[in-house]
Amino acid sequence: MVEDSTASAQPAVSGEVASGSVAAELADLAGVPVMFFRGDEILFPSRERYLPVVAALKGAGFVMCSDLCAVDYLTHMARPLPEGLTGERFEIVVNLLSHSRRRYVRLRVQVPASDAVLPTLFYLYPGTENMEREVYDLFGVVFSDHPDMTRILMPQDWEGHPLRKDYGVGRVPVQFKESPGPR
Amino acid sequence: MNDETEPVSAAASWIPGSTGERAHDRGAGAGEGAVAVRDDGDGADGDGADGDDAGGELEKLFEAETSEGDQELALVGETDEMELLIERGAVLRLPEDAAPAVDSGPDGGAADAHFGDGETMIINLGPQHPSTHGVLRVMLELQGETVLRSKPVVGYLHTGMEKTAEELTYVQGATNVTRMDYLSPLNNELAWSLAVEKLLGVELPPRATWIRMLMSELNRISSHVMWAATNGMDLASTTMMIFGFREREMVLSFFEKTTGLRMNHNYIRPGGVAADLPDGWEDDVSVIADTIAGRLDEYDELLTGQPIFRERTEGIGVIGPDLALAMSATGPILRAAGVAWDLRKSMPYLAYEEVDFDVIVGTVGDTFDRYAVRLNEVRESIRIVRQVVERMPSGDYKVQDKKVTPPPRARIDESMEALIHHFKLYTRGFEPPEGEVYASIESPRGELGCYIVSNGSNKPYRMHWRGPSFVNLQSVPALLRGSLLADAIAILSSVDPVLGEVDR
Repeated sequence: MVEDSTASAQPAVSGEVASGSVAAELADLAGVPVMFFRGDEILFPSRERYLPVVAALKGAGFVMCSDLCAVDYLTHMARPLPEGLTGERFEIVVNLLSHSRRRYVRLRVQVPASDAVLPTLFYLYPGTENMEREVYDLFGVVFSDHPDMTRILMPQDWEGHPLRKDYGVGRVPVQFKESPGPR
Repeated sequence: MNDETEPVSAAASWIPGSTGERAHDRGAGAGEGAVAVRDDGDGADGDGADGDDAGGELEKLFEAETSEGDQELALVGETDEMELLIERGAVLRLPEDAAPAVDSGPDGGAADAHFGDGETMIINLGPQHPSTHGVLRVMLELQGETVLRSKPVVGYLHTGMEKTAEELTYVQGATNVTRMDYLSPLNNELAWSLAVEKLLGVELPPRATWIRMLMSELNRISSHVMWAATNGMDLASTTMMIFGFREREMVLSFFEKTTGLRMNHNYIRPGGVAADLPDGWEDDVSVIADTIAGRLDEYDELLTGQPIFRERTEGIGVIGPDLALAMSATGPILRAAGVAWDLRKSMPYLAYEEVDFDVIVGTVGDTFDRYAVRLNEVRESIRIVRQVVERMPSGDYKVQDKKVTPPPRARIDESMEALIHHFKLYTRGFEPPEGEVYASIESPRGELGCYIVSNGSNKPYRMHWRGPSFVNLQSVPALLRGSLLADAIAILSSVDPVLGEVDR
C-alpha cells in the first residue's frame, strides 16, 4: 500500500529505467528487486543473496566499494520499498563504483533487529574494513567473519550503539573512564 | 591483579625512563601528602591494589586511562596467523602479477623476514604528536627501526556529527557538515547541498554553479598548500611550512571577504550560495591565481629538485593501483598509484565538463608521487579558476524558489509573502520528498560522499558522511609496512588525513 501511494505521487521513484540498468544486464541478479530514484539504481538483495550479488557486481566491473553504512528505520518502518519486500529495522546500504561504466549501484539489504548479523564484504573489498567496524560501533550490526569486529569511533567499553534511533540522546551521562585527576 | 599488571610493566620496561623515574618525579614534586591522597583515590576506585609498588600502580593507572582494549594492536606473537595473512595482503583478491609485489612490500620482504626472529616492540605515535595532523594514534610494531605492522586507532575527536545532523533541519545542516573536514569546508558544504538538491530535484541557475566551482577550486588550492606546509614541516622544512601558511592565508582572506568567515563558512547552501561574489572579485581571484602560480615554482626550487627531499620521499610508502582500489582509497593516493580517476572528470558535477583541466596521475605510487600529484593539482585548479573568472555567467546566485532559498532582505519590508517565506524557511525549513540519495564530489582528499535518507519531514532521517580521510586511513598499514620509523612520518603526512573528518 505504501509502495503504491509513493509510486503514484512521485513518478521518479520507479520507472524511467531503460538505459544502463545493471540488474537487467546481469543474469546473476535475476529476481533481485530493483528501484530507481533520482537516476540511481537501487538493488534489494536478500541476506542470503547479499554476497553472491556483490560478487557478481564485482565481476561485472564494480571494482571499488565506495561506501557502506547502515540506517535504523525503527521510527520509519513504512518507507517506500519494491513490491513484495518486507522492510526490517536495519538496512545496510552499500555503494559500489564501476570505473569503466562511470556509475554507482546501490544495494540495500534488510537486516532484522532480532538477528542483526550480515556476512562481511572484507574478502571481496578489503576497503570495507573500517566502514563495517563503524556500522558495528554505531548500530550494533555484526559482520560475521570480519577480521577485526571492534568498535572504531567510540571507546571500547562504551555501552550502547549511538546511531540507533532508540538511543537516548542527552539523557545518558557521559561515560568516559573515571579519571582520578593529576594528584 | 598482580598477574594482570606484570605483562604491562614488562612491556613498558623499554620505554625510556618509564616506571622508576616517573614514580620518583611524582614523589619529589608532590610530597608525602599528595601520595596519601592518591592512595585514597585508588581505594575508592575499588581497584583493590595493594599500593606498595608505586611504579606498578602507576602503570596500571596509565593503562586504565589510555587503553582502547581490543581496538589496539597486539604484538605479532599474540596475533593469530589468519590476521597476519590479512595484514600482509595474502587474502586480497589481486591479479597474479600484483600479489607478490604486495606480499614482499616496498623493501622486498624485509619486514616479513623479520617476523619471528628477535624481539619486537609496540610504540604509539600520537594521539598527541604534531606530525599526526590532529589526534591520530598509530600503533607501530617495530623491530629496531623497521615498522613491521601498524594500526591506526581513531575516534578521539568523535562528536557524533551524523547524529547531530538528524536533529538539524536541511537549512541548518550545512553548518554541521562544514566543520567535519576543516581544511576544505566549502567542499563539505558542496557535497551536502548537492545531496539535498538531488533529493529536492531542483535545478540551479548557472551563476550559482560557477560560483560554487570557483569556491571549491580555491578551497582545493588552500587545502593542498596547507598540506604542502605540514608535509614540509614533517620533513623538517620549516620554510615550506611558513610558505604554505602564507599562501593559504591569501585564499582565506578572499573567503572572509566573500563569506564573512575564514573557515566553516556555511556559504554554499541548498539552492545556491549565501551571497553573490563581492565587487572586484575578479581582481582578487586573479591576484591569488598569479601569486600562487609563481609561488609554486618557488616550491619546486625549495623541494621538488632538492636531493634530500627526493631521497626521503622517492620509493617510500609505495601502493599499487590494485591495492589502492581494493582499499577503496581515493583522491591523490589513488591517482598517484596511476589510476586516472577524478570525479570532476569521470562523473562531472557542477560545470566541470565545460572547463578545461587535466587529471594528474603518478606512476610509482610513492610519497613523492603523492606530493607531485597534489602540487600539480594546484596548478590545474588555478587553470580552472582562471577560466571561471573569464566565463562567469551573470544572473541569479540562488534558486528563485522561495520554499528553498530565502527572499532578499529588502523584500521583507515590502512584501508580506516574503516575510512569511523568510520566517517559514528559518524556523521550519523545507520538506523534501521521501527517498534516499547519495551524492559524491571530488574533495581535495578524495571521494566525499553524502548519503541522506528523508522521511518527508524537515530534518534528514539519517545522514551518512563518506569521509575520504576515514577510508584512506585504511591504506596506512599497507603503506607503512617495512618502512623506517623516520619515513613513517613522511608517509602518514602524504596520506593527508583530516581527523575532524575521520572521527566526525
